Amino acid sequence: MSGFLDIQNISCGYSGGFRIRNINFSLAEGAFAGIIGPNGSGKTTLFKGVTGSLPLLEGRMLLGGEDLSSLTFREKAKKMAVVSQFAEIADIRVEDYVLMGRLPYRKRFQFFDRKDDIEMAHHYMRLTHTYSLRDKLISELSGGERQMASIAAALSQQPRLLLLDEPTAHLDITHQVRFMNLIQRLNEELRLTVMMIVHDLSLAAEYCDFLLMMKEGQTFCQGEPDKVLTYENIEQVYDTVVVVKTNPVSGKPVVFPISERRLRDA
Amino acid sequence: MNLKMEMQRKQLKRVFDLLLLLAALVVVSALSLGIGEISIPFFDIPRLFSEKGGMEYGVLAYIRLPRTLLGFAVGGSLSLAGAILQGIYRNPLVEPYTLGISGGASLGVTFAIVSGLQLLNAFFLPLAGFIGAFASIFLVYTLSLRRNSLNVNRMLLIGVMVSFISSSLMMFLMSITTSDNLHGIVLWTMGSLAASDNTMIVAMLVLSLICLAASYLFVMPLNALRMGEENARYLGFNVNVVIRILFVVTSLLTGACIAVAGIIGFVGLVIPHIVRLRVGSDYRIVLVSSFLSGSIFLILCDLLARTIVAPNELPIGVITGIIGGVMFIVLLSRSGRVTSKN
Repeated sequence: MSGFLDIQNISCGYSGGFRIRNINFSLAEGAFAGIIGPNGSGKTTLFKGVTGSLPLLEGRMLLGGEDLSSLTFREKAKKMAVVSQFAEIADIRVEDYVLMGRLPYRKRFQFFDRKDDIEMAHHYMRLTHTYSLRDKLISELSGGERQMASIAAALSQQPRLLLLDEPTAHLDITHQVRFMNLIQRLNEELRLTVMMIVHDLSLAAEYCDFLLMMKEGQTFCQGEPDKVLTYENIEQVYDTVVVVKTNPVSGKPVVFPISERRLRDA
Repeated sequence: MNLKMEMQRKQLKRVFDLLLLLAALVVVSALSLGIGEISIPFFDIPRLFSEKGGMEYGVLAYIRLPRTLLGFAVGGSLSLAGAILQGIYRNPLVEPYTLGISGGASLGVTFAIVSGLQLLNAFFLPLAGFIGAFASIFLVYTLSLRRNSLNVNRMLLIGVMVSFISSSLMMFLMSITTSDNLHGIVLWTMGSLAASDNTMIVAMLVLSLICLAASYLFVMPLNALRMGEENARYLGFNVNVVIRILFVVTSLLTGACIAVAGIIGFVGLVIPHIVRLRVGSDYRIVLVSSFLSGSIFLILCDLLARTIVAPNELPIGVITGIIGGVMFIVLLSRSGRVTSKN
């Protein structure tokens, strides 16, 4: 297998504690992948393994044919951008925050922002509709605005791979859809490869073209959404009874929960 | 073009802020040189320096100038160290003293006085302070290192504990020594910019400026660290190495300050805080502004320390503690209002 991102048999985790084992998958350039699974199934650990926050215990990862562990932090920052769930909220102006995405491209003794860096930041701010917020502080933004600003910052890194950790977790449906549509557009227009952790299974089915379902630190199954999101799989992995139907417009699976009382009555 | 104008406006504002600080530094230095038992008018200072004669020149060149220079170097260093540490820890309450650095230095000096080492050579006193500072830093650093990764919170906790332990050991030493030595220890812990020899002042000055320049090699990682260690790593910085180097730089600065001027608290805590309120959190401007503001603050405090009860002198630690503490409480109550608004 030789995709754009090749994850070959990796194991990683905390020494003496939780670890994920034998994860294998391969994403083509321009793929839109989702990692799903219940809490504690190892999604975040896998994510941290790919970003390099946790060292690999086994296996290797190739990005565009290059071994990720051989790259410096700086080289990695030019190839992949990470939008994590718990970015610390500092009192930084939105524009300065987005400009930080240009940090991997700075020269050693460059103290001032170059004009094309600023222009690029402005470009991505317009794309994410955060340009009008540029003089506000990050701490003054709403959850949705903050998420958009972090995408602008990530795009300023001009990555080929975008890693997202539950980006829509705290957003209402308007902002969820707006956010996912933006990511989809970036995925199509820039051929940006996207890998995201996502909790909302229906949302994952609608947008992703590849899903990796995890259970207890291992891959339960992987593939296209309609192959992965069957009610049998979901019941086994999540230990919950659900109904899976097809979205009449997109033809993708939609997952419905069922309350305990209805189950009893049925 | 609009963008170009905006860039220029921003840079102009920064230049203006810096010029303001430099002007304040000149004024404060002139006051420090001019005010004292013999008052020297501001405009006579250049003339006196070119004539190089008379008692007034003596006072200026051998007493007040060294003192002012030392205030510049020590104030700037402490404040710079505070700004860097607050950047590493992302905790506005961190300063060199909360990390056990001053505790170790005090213990070193106390040991030198109690054991009589300082009687052998006057140089042993600052040396003991320096060694004490570095020993405690080494301890804090190695103890907070876990599986090769640095845990910032752990470091802070261990720093506080090292502080407690060294102050207990210090009290033990004080309890078994003579009252003469006791007096010396107490005086030293209160800090002073007086009575340092010139080579030490020059060394302090050079060290502080070198460290200021060195810290500028790390402004970008410091900026990225505002978003947390993980995110700084994603932006391409080897965070562990950066933190290690900056930690050594701050230890060097603090150790040297304590060695030449004793314990002067609150400068490293309060000044970077105030600077951030004025110029924002961009370290490109925070570092140099903190340095200059720290210098201004300490020179001013020294001026107060030697004029309030003239011809006697108050320990400078008393002044910085009172002024700094009051300023900090005012700031805290104000920032409390800001957060409740959000």
